Amino acid sequence: MSQILLICRKELKSYFASPIAYLLMAFFGLIFGFGTFTATRDFVRFAFQQQFQGGGQPMNINEQIIGPLLSFGSTITLFLVPMITMRLFAEEKKSGTMELLLTSPVTDNQIIIGKWLGSMMLYLCILVMSMLNIALLFAWGKPDIKPVLVAYLGLLLQGGCLLAIGGFISTLTKNQIIAGGVTFFVCLLLWLLNWATSFDTTGWAAVVNYLSIVTHFDNFSKGLIELKDIVFYVSMIFFALFLTSRSMESLRWRS
Amino acid sequence: MIKVEGLTKRYARTVAVDNISFEVEKGQIVGFLGPNGAGKTTTMRILTCFLPPTSGTATVAGFDVLEHPMEVKKRIGYLPETPPLYPEMEVLEYLNFVGRLKGVDSSHLKSRVDEVIERCVLGDYRSKLISKLSKGYRQRVGLAQAIIHNPDVLILDEPTSGLDPQQIIHTRELIESLAGDHTIILSTHILSEVEHSCERVIIISKGRVVAQDSVSNLTNRLRGSEVVAVELEAADGRPNPTEVQHRLEQVPGVSRVVMKDSRGGRLMFEVESLQGRHVRSDLARAVVNAGWNLNEMRSVGLSLEDIFLQLTASEQREEPEPVTVGAH
Repeated sequence: MSQILLICRKELKSYFASPIAYLLMAFFGLIFGFGTFTATRDFVRFAFQQQFQGGGQPMNINEQIIGPLLSFGSTITLFLVPMITMRLFAEEKKSGTMELLLTSPVTDNQIIIGKWLGSMMLYLCILVMSMLNIALLFAWGKPDIKPVLVAYLGLLLQGGCLLAIGGFISTLTKNQIIAGGVTFFVCLLLWLLNWATSFDTTGWAAVVNYLSIVTHFDNFSKGLIELKDIVFYVSMIFFALFLTSRSMESLRWRS
Repeated sequence: MIKVEGLTKRYARTVAVDNISFEVEKGQIVGFLGPNGAGKTTTMRILTCFLPPTSGTATVAGFDVLEHPMEVKKRIGYLPETPPLYPEMEVLEYLNFVGRLKGVDSSHLKSRVDEVIERCVLGDYRSKLISKLSKGYRQRVGLAQAIIHNPDVLILDEPTSGLDPQQIIHTRELIESLAGDHTIILSTHILSEVEHSCERVIIISKGRVVAQDSVSNLTNRLRGSEVVAVELEAADGRPNPTEVQHRLEQVPGVSRVVMKDSRGGRLMFEVESLQGRHVRSDLARAVVNAGWNLNEMRSVGLSLEDIFLQLTASEQREEPEPVTVGAH
């Protein structure tokens, strides 16, 4: 356990030793802030309109601002994940530090989980940027906190899933650009699949839709915790980490 | 301390290490000598549990590398060819990280780090970023990480490659100072390095052990036979190379004559003598008696390359028993 934390801490430190962590946080903060701005502006406009015309449906910050906003956030993270995971293993393979890790008294799984946790910690730091915006809504409104927490749980699970997949892709190459590019492509594909299958209701579309990591976030964004979504995410994380450990082992046999 | 038996490592198309066997006693420094691509690094990687062998066994301190890799890894310090450094870390931070990674107890960590910093003369560089260090200092940090957990066995892959002469001397001294407590295997393709610091040499070529012997035996052999470069010119300006070669070969004590060059009327030969024979005066007499002009004669040492050539050639002829150099 201490070895896992050791590697996790090392990963986190190296993210913050380079500009990448700050860049990602700034990028996410900026876009999410813009999203918050437009969502809140529209909400306020709509509220004024209803005041003048009278009646209409009751307004709800959770449903009309926070839900869509965090869905928007989950889409942005698709584009951040490749930048987090691309260096995870590829860099160590290239610089030769992989030899240090693999000849030290730690197991492959400790290395893999440590690295995954390290990338999760950075992802968490990025999510914290969005909490600032949500906190503002809490300061001037009275949204319900529970759906917000559920949505963040969903963001964490989806992120963990994507980070595990990105980490796996990073073990396949020495080249960070390739690792990042392929991960980006996979994320893009997931996003597009979700979008494409939303117009289709045939059997295949349902299967693809189920496998698309993004769709399972929908319930979370509405504040619903469904067991099948959690099971899906957790099993996907395990599956990706398992693939990573296989890939690490084949690294030994091939290199 | 280290026991390797019938070790083979096969990649898809090539055999990197072919049925290697050797043993290293506790506290010895053993040099692993061989040209590039001979299989030195592969053997070291197997010993450090980085690569699994295709067949054969390797044990370190009684633990098999395949069955008890954790135990082996705890007892081995490894410096790969390029030191495994994280450029974004400071020296002290890096050593602390590696110390923990290697399982050094946190209560001993500080004293261990201080000790290796002192040993590798890194005192002034504690809080320097590794990316800012010169190659020599990177090598020192690499060595420091290899010894941080006070391992029984040290495996150093070309520890002096790419260093300037002064740094080489320093690294050599450092390695020698580590000898007593640690069993050390170091690889190199520089002969003088082996002569300086190793007690025993294992020469490998094309994945096979072609010779293993103590350094003194090997150097005796080097000095025992002599190679002489001879340049001569025929009086009439048209010597017959085969005839000259034949004559030189007939000189008693000569084992081999190789023609190196012919320029105009001049012929250059390299003459190798048998073990312990001095043939220079006889050679000179033979040349003069034949009526040729002797332009130059000088003694050339056997280069490492020549030993390799000889050993690999003899291996091809005789097969597969490893040749012991002294009796060769």
